[in-house]
Amino acid sequence: MTEHLLQVEGLSVEFHTAAGTVKAVQNVSFHLDRGETLAILGESGSGKSVSASAIMNLIDMPPGRITSGRIRFDGQDLLALSDEQRRRINGRRIAMIFQDPLSHLNPVYPVGWQIAEAMTTHGTAGSDARAETLRLLTRVGIPEPQAALRKYPHQFSGGQRQRLMIAMALAMKPDVLIADEPTTALDVTVQAEVLSLLEELQAETGMGVLIITHDLGVVAEIADRVVVMNAGEVVETGTAAQVYANPAHPYTKKLIGAAPGKGVMHDPLPPVQPVLSVRDLRKSYGGFTALDGISFDLMPGETMAVVGESGSGKSTLARILLRLDQADGGQALWQGRDLLTMPPRELFALRRDLQMVFQDPTQSLNPRMTVFQLVSEAWVIHPDILPRPRWKARVAELLAQVGLKPEHAARYPHQFSGGQRQRIAIARALALEPKLIVCDEAVSALDVSVQAQVIDLLDRLRREMGIAFIFIAHDLPVVRDFADHVMVMQKGRVVEQGSVRQIFDAARQPYTQALLAAGLDPDPAVQAARRQARLALVLQPIGILRRNDPPSLRSP
Amino acid sequence: MLTFLRKRAVGSLISLIGLVVLVFFLSRLTGDPTALFLPVDATVEMREQFRALHGLNDPLLVQFGHYVRDLLHLDFGDSLRKARPAIEVVTEAFAWTLQLALITMSIVTILAIIIGALAAWRGGLFDRVASILSLIGASAPDFWVAIVGIVIFSVSLGWLPTSGTGTVWHWILPVAVLFIRPFGLIVQVVRGAMMTALSSAYVKTARAKGVRARPIIFVHALRNAMLPVITVIGDQAAALLNGAVVIETIFGFPGVGKLMIDSILQRDFNVVMAAIMVTALAIFLMNVLIDIAYALLDPRIRH
Repeated sequence: MTEHLLQVEGLSVEFHTAAGTVKAVQNVSFHLDRGETLAILGESGSGKSVSASAIMNLIDMPPGRITSGRIRFDGQDLLALSDEQRRRINGRRIAMIFQDPLSHLNPVYPVGWQIAEAMTTHGTAGSDARAETLRLLTRVGIPEPQAALRKYPHQFSGGQRQRLMIAMALAMKPDVLIADEPTTALDVTVQAEVLSLLEELQAETGMGVLIITHDLGVVAEIADRVVVMNAGEVVETGTAAQVYANPAHPYTKKLIGAAPGKGVMHDPLPPVQPVLSVRDLRKSYGGFTALDGISFDLMPGETMAVVGESGSGKSTLARILLRLDQADGGQALWQGRDLLTMPPRELFALRRDLQMVFQDPTQSLNPRMTVFQLVSEAWVIHPDILPRPRWKARVAELLAQVGLKPEHAARYPHQFSGGQRQRIAIARALALEPKLIVCDEAVSALDVSVQAQVIDLLDRLRREMGIAFIFIAHDLPVVRDFADHVMVMQKGRVVEQGSVRQIFDAARQPYTQALLAAGLDPDPAVQAARRQARLALVLQPIGILRRNDPPSLRSP
Repeated sequence: MLTFLRKRAVGSLISLIGLVVLVFFLSRLTGDPTALFLPVDATVEMREQFRALHGLNDPLLVQFGHYVRDLLHLDFGDSLRKARPAIEVVTEAFAWTLQLALITMSIVTILAIIIGALAAWRGGLFDRVASILSLIGASAPDFWVAIVGIVIFSVSLGWLPTSGTGTVWHWILPVAVLFIRPFGLIVQVVRGAMMTALSSAYVKTARAKGVRARPIIFVHALRNAMLPVITVIGDQAAALLNGAVVIETIFGFPGVGKLMIDSILQRDFNVVMAAIMVTALAIFLMNVLIDIAYALLDPRIRH
C-alpha cells in the first residue's frame, strides 16, 4: 500500500459531559494526498470538525479522549508524538483556517504581527517574517498591504479577514491545509473569490487541502473526493462527481435530496389590492446610507424575498417595517394606514398583525421561559385575543401546527434542536394570527435537511392561512424554492425586482446575474460549467486573474 | 482622545456640583457646631459671638452662596477644629491614603494577575486551592481580620506595632489587611476572564499556528482578559482612595477616611467638604486612567 500524505485510520473520539459520554467520532478513516482536495461533508453534530481538531491536537483533553486510531502524517503517527513535537508540526507542516475569521483573529493585535508570529514561532527571524508577511498580504489580495500590516482585524471586511487567515496559514508553506467551513459566514460573491484563491494557492504550492463543510455546493466547487459523515461515522466516500450522481447511502441521498434550488418555482400571483405598500423608504446612520429610496408592494398571502449581500440594507428594512427603528423618510402603508407615523396606541393594536422570526432561535427565545410561556406571552400582552382558560389548548394546537408535540409545551428551549427551536419561534409568531411575518435569515443557521422542513412549514402556513411573508435571505436556492416575488438589494437600493421566475430565469441587471452566477450548485457538473460564467462575470471586474487551466479538466 | 477627556471633564463637573450641594445641606442637618465647640456652660452671648464669627447666623442659602463664592477662588475655608486652611488638612491626610492605596493595589494587581492566570491555565489542584482561597479572601470581613491581625502579630507575638505610623513596620498590617479583599475579588475576575480568553477562537488559531504555551497565556489571552479585570481594579482602587475608613480607624492611620469621620463627628463642615471634593477629584482622575488603559489595551475602543 502506498503511503498517503495524511492518513486517518480508525479514529474514535469521546467527550465526557455531565449528560454522559458522547461518542463524537467513531472509527473514522480517510486519507489525503499531495495536491488533492478532500471534502468532509456533514451536518452539525456529524463529527466532521472533531476529526479535523484531532489532526491539529486542538481537542481539549479532558473532556475529550481519543479512544482509538492513528493519524499518520509523513511517515509518523501524530497521536504518538509529544505535545512539543506536535506544536512544531502545527502551522509549519499542517495549517488550519476556520469559519468566522473575526473571532479567530486576536482582536487586540495588528494583523501583520499575527501573521508574522506564525513564522517567528517556528524560528524565522523577525525581519524575514515581516518581509514575508508583506508578500503574503499582497498575494492574497489585501488592498494597500503595507498599511494593512498595522491594522486590526475589526478594520477589515469578512472576506478580507478570511484572506488574512489564509495568508497566516500559508506563511510556512504547509503540506496540508485544513479549512473548517471557510466560507460559511461569507456572502456568495465573496465565497466564490475565497474558494478561487484557495484553488490558486493549492496549484502554486501543491499542498493537500482538507475542507470541512456542510454545503454540497462547496463540495461541487472545490473537492476532488468527498467523505460524507453522519452521527460520528463515515457513511460514504468517493469522488465528488460519483457521490453526487450515484449516492449509495440513504443519508447521502437524503442530503442531496434536501438541497434547495431544484423545486418548481411559484407562479406569479394574480394582482390584487396590496396589503403593504412601501414608498421611497430612507434611513441613514450617521453618514452611512442604509436605505436609499426603497419602494415595493406586498400582496396578501405573498412571499416576497429580499436578497442581497451584507450591508445591502435588508435587515434595516425589516427593523423599520416593524418599527424597531425609525425611518428618516418615506411611507409604508399597511392596509392604507402609514405604519411609520402611526401613534403608539394604534401601533400597539397593529403589532399583532406583524410578527418576526429571527435568524438565531437560541438567542431569540428567552432560555428561562418554557415553550408554553414563550408562545402564550403574546396573549398576556394582547389579553383580548384569547381568554386564559383556552391558552393551553391553543398552545397545543399551535405546536401541532408547526410539527411539535403538545407535551413539548412544558420544556425549555435548550431541550430542543436548532430546527425545533425555530419551529417554536414560528409558533410564537403565529400566536397572534398575524397577516405578515418578517423572516430575517430565519433558516440560514439550520442544517440543510432541517432547512427544507422549516421552509415547507412556512409555505404551508402561507397557503393555509394566507399569511404574507417578507423573507430576508442571502441563500438564493432557498429563495428560489419559496418566494413568489424577489427584490434584489445592493447598498440600500433596489437593484431589480420581479417574479421569482423572472429573476432566476431572466435576470436583467448585471448585479443580479453576478449574484446568481456566484451561487454554488450542488451538482459538480453544473458547477463546473457555472464556474466559467462566474469567472467572466464576478472575478474579472475586480481584478482576480483567470486561471489557465479550465476547471472542468480536474482529475478525480 | 482630547474630545473624550473634555466630555468626561464636563460630565464630572456636573456631578461635582451636585455633590457640593448635597454635602453642604446634608452636613448642616447634623446639627449646630456651636454645641460641640463651646463648653457646656458657655453663655448665650459667647454662643452668639461664635456663630457670628463663622457666619452661622445667616440663612442657609446665604451661607451656601458664600461657600460657593469662596470655592470658586479655590478657598475651602478654615478648619473649625484646627484653625488652619481645610484644604491643607485634607491634602496631608490624602497623601497618606494615596500611598496606602498605591502600595496595596500594586501588590494586589501583580499577584492577582499571575495567580488568576495560572489557575485558569493549569486547572487541577492549583486552580481549586486558588479559587477557595480567593473566595475566602473576597468574603472576609476586614475589620475582623484587622483586629485578629493585631491580636496575633502585635499583642501575642509582638512583631508589629499595633497602630500609628513612623516605620516600615507600621505599614505591614494595614497593607496586608487591605490586600485581602481586592486580591480575592481580582483573582476570581482574572481567572474567569482568562478561562473565557483561553477557550476563545483566537487562542485556537494560535495553537493551530504552533505558538508556545507561555505566549498563548501571557500575550494572546491575557491582554484580552485584562479588559474586565481593569474595571474591577478601578473599582477597588476607588474604594481605597475614598479612605479605608474602618481600617484607618483601627490602625490609627492618619488618612482621609479617618479624617472624614472625625470631622463629621466634630461638625467641622469645611474639612468634610474639602475632603469630599479632593477624593471626588481623585476618583475622577482614576476613572480617566482606567479609560486610557482600556483604549491602550483594545484597539476597537481606540478607533
